[in-house]
Amino acid sequence: MEIPLDYETLRMIWWALLGVLLIGFTLTDGYDLGVATLLPFIGKTDEERRLTINSIAAHWEGHQVWFILGGGAIFAAWPFVYAVSFSGFYLAMFLVLAALILRPVGFKYRSKRPDPAWRSRWDWALFIGGFVPALVFGVAVGNVLQGLPFRLDSDLRTFYEGSLLGLFSPFALMTGLLSVAMVVMHGAGFLAVKIEEGPVLERARRIGGVAAMASIVLFVLGGVWVAMGSMGFRIDGLVDPQGPSNPHYAQTVAAPGAWLDNYGKHAWMLLAPIMGLAGPVLALIGIRRRSHVLNLAGSSMATTGIIATVGLSMFPFILPSSIDAQSSLTAWNASSSHLTLWIMLLVTLIFLPLVLAYTAWVMKVLFGRVTIEQVRTNPDFY
Amino acid sequence: MDMAVVELSRLQFALTAMYHFLFVPLTLGLSFLLVIMESIYVMTGKEIWRTITRFWGKLFGINFVLGVATGITMEFEFGTNWAYYSHYVGDIFGAPLAIEGLMAFFLEATFVGLMFFGWDRLSKVAHLGVTFCVALGSNLSALWILIANGWMQNPTGSAFNPETMRMEVTDFYSVLFNPVAQAKFVHTVSAGYVCASLFVLGVSALYLLRGKWTNVARRSMMVAAAFGLASSLSVVVLGDESGYALTDNQKMKLAAIEGMWHTEEAPAGLAIFGIPDRDLQETLYEIKIPYVLGLISTRSLTGEVMGINDLVLKADERIRSGLVAYDAVEKLKADRTDASAREDFEIHKRDLGYAMLLKRYVADPRQATNEQILMAAKDTIPNVPVMFWLFRMMAGLGFFFIAFFALAFYCASVCQFNKRWFLKVAVAIMPLPWIAIEGGWVLAEIGRQPWAVEGVLPTFLGASSLSLSQIWTTIIGFTLLYGTLAFIEIRLMIATIRKGPVEHHAPPADGGMQQSNAGFAPLPAE
Repeated sequence: MEIPLDYETLRMIWWALLGVLLIGFTLTDGYDLGVATLLPFIGKTDEERRLTINSIAAHWEGHQVWFILGGGAIFAAWPFVYAVSFSGFYLAMFLVLAALILRPVGFKYRSKRPDPAWRSRWDWALFIGGFVPALVFGVAVGNVLQGLPFRLDSDLRTFYEGSLLGLFSPFALMTGLLSVAMVVMHGAGFLAVKIEEGPVLERARRIGGVAAMASIVLFVLGGVWVAMGSMGFRIDGLVDPQGPSNPHYAQTVAAPGAWLDNYGKHAWMLLAPIMGLAGPVLALIGIRRRSHVLNLAGSSMATTGIIATVGLSMFPFILPSSIDAQSSLTAWNASSSHLTLWIMLLVTLIFLPLVLAYTAWVMKVLFGRVTIEQVRTNPDFY
Repeated sequence: MDMAVVELSRLQFALTAMYHFLFVPLTLGLSFLLVIMESIYVMTGKEIWRTITRFWGKLFGINFVLGVATGITMEFEFGTNWAYYSHYVGDIFGAPLAIEGLMAFFLEATFVGLMFFGWDRLSKVAHLGVTFCVALGSNLSALWILIANGWMQNPTGSAFNPETMRMEVTDFYSVLFNPVAQAKFVHTVSAGYVCASLFVLGVSALYLLRGKWTNVARRSMMVAAAFGLASSLSVVVLGDESGYALTDNQKMKLAAIEGMWHTEEAPAGLAIFGIPDRDLQETLYEIKIPYVLGLISTRSLTGEVMGINDLVLKADERIRSGLVAYDAVEKLKADRTDASAREDFEIHKRDLGYAMLLKRYVADPRQATNEQILMAAKDTIPNVPVMFWLFRMMAGLGFFFIAFFALAFYCASVCQFNKRWFLKVAVAIMPLPWIAIEGGWVLAEIGRQPWAVEGVLPTFLGASSLSLSQIWTTIIGFTLLYGTLAFIEIRLMIATIRKGPVEHHAPPADGGMQQSNAGFAPLPAE
């Protein structure tokens, strides 16, 4: 079979789709994580907490598929990245999985018994299910920016030489906090359009405002850190973007400050950090003027911009290695084969629009603010 | 390669996968039972069927969340614990997992929320459509997972690429329409239907025994008996189809299941009893039905079924051939343009995986002695006694389920489920499908050993380079977490069953606690 798109183009497309997946996940499940993190702080009574939970109860399951699909798509399109990152982040990944496992169970089981102690335990389980993944994802991104301590042998087997505590460097902690702030801001933005006006919404707005300010500060700080620090990698000499996926075929070196190179070469990429900054500002304006839609639009723009900034700064790098630059994974050496990328693109082109269509339909059916009154009367509510 | 790391990684994978599969069969089957029950509601318009659907839906929900929660682990465990495997076969194996997410899991998970929360926002028919999408999604999900698993059992449509040091897809259609995958899929989902039917039957029988909610119980039993009879027939017939697929693709697995050490003259007999002895390489006290194995597995009177010892000799040959391929790959690593190495590789590439079996005994397989080659060839024999007995247990239960559902069907039409002994049996056998199903998985995966991917990648090479303490941490962590959740789940299930098909009414204003009234109280019609 003749593949109509060349290997380089398909790799570019799949690099972009990786971003689409991450952004899709943060835009949808991101607010579920944010709402779960906010839960113990914005709901003072059981009814208020149930109001909060039921604002996402019918949707979070579908949203979580972005995360599962992310895993599957990285496996299919970037098997190297899948192998190196998840085995490298072994214990961190366990923390994320354990926290995420608490979430479905928390949503479903919390309402099964009226006992306040039972419910309070599940509330904190849900908090962990929101906060821990958000923090660890951010910490992971910080580590990726700095480079991961892994190397590949001649069989392309990966060896990771870091530890769980080693992940929590000052820079990575900062990106972790940025991630939490972003997700909390987005969760608050979502609640502003999804629950009835009242004390819960007010508390969410207040905390959302603080999170938006924190996002701005941490994002700027991160930018300065990257610029002043010694982060960055560069491919030396010729790369063959059509070549086989084997990191041993290119020369990679550590090049301090190289993460800012792309913005010099392609000025349009500056749009991403601008969105990352303008988003939280818009969210703040929305909060001040009580324009809930503007609030949510701002937080959505912020998450999109911040994630895109990370991806674009590093391009073509996906997972640089801090101990053996040569082993670094890039868009040109870590993808699956030409044929697999093509087949997966066809599958995506058929099914992603379908997914978006029925997700939109489900949202339409369940459209409208959740109220305390519904929480009291609807037997299906958690 | 540290074998302790490999063994612990296998243990963790087995634990998490088997735990995950406690919940999946019920999801697969109950979702379709819900579709049937809700269809009857839509067609007849009788409120009782709505109550029935909503009651089983509640139990479905409690079970479903744990299936989803434990499924998250599975999606990432190949990367965390089997990194080299993921690199080596990700080009082929990753695709069905990704498609599963995109095509099946999104469907199931997006609609399941609406199924629970959309009762009063949708028309009857639209809600039935939503329930159907959940059932379709969960079953399609099984399809893609079994396409991935089928490829591990029978790796078609792919070849090793020395430039990237991994397997790459050459023919996606043969991965998709892999006969092993197709047979496994139908066998597995049918097993799920049997499991769910016996669950519904058992819980309903409990109600009838106690004289509670009999109008719900009797109707549920009727549906479950019919659905279960059809499914139990399908499990066994398609299990047979899996056996037929084995003949071409996994000869060793078939020989091990049969405890057949020596090739027999066609048509071979089927052992119904025996004690396989690994040291003597004999199956003692064998009772055989003549001709049957030959008939089942080759569908002819002349087809030969190979014995274990002959298969070991074959493996020995393939290891020696694989060594040529291995040598060629090492040369190609040093010089990508080495034409003669490329030629050698192309001739012997199908056996490369066999040479890698030697890595267990010697770092460079090319240095292996004849003895080591023989040891590696013998490694291709899976655990024969375990497989022999697991298979007989699974197949025996399969036939028992057919008989039981036939009886249930008879009871439904003749005695209206009034026989107490029948009801007691129905309650008592509720755990059996789980035993058959988990046994079936263990059989399929132990039967694949020593391979992660049959003939392509030995399991011990697939593991990540982790430390023992890391894996112990996660094994203990998952065990504690899963154990706690299982405990809570079972208690909630029992509480919900005990409460029965009661509809909730508006809770009092203080605190919003849900309260239920006793007795049977269906919601008013919409």
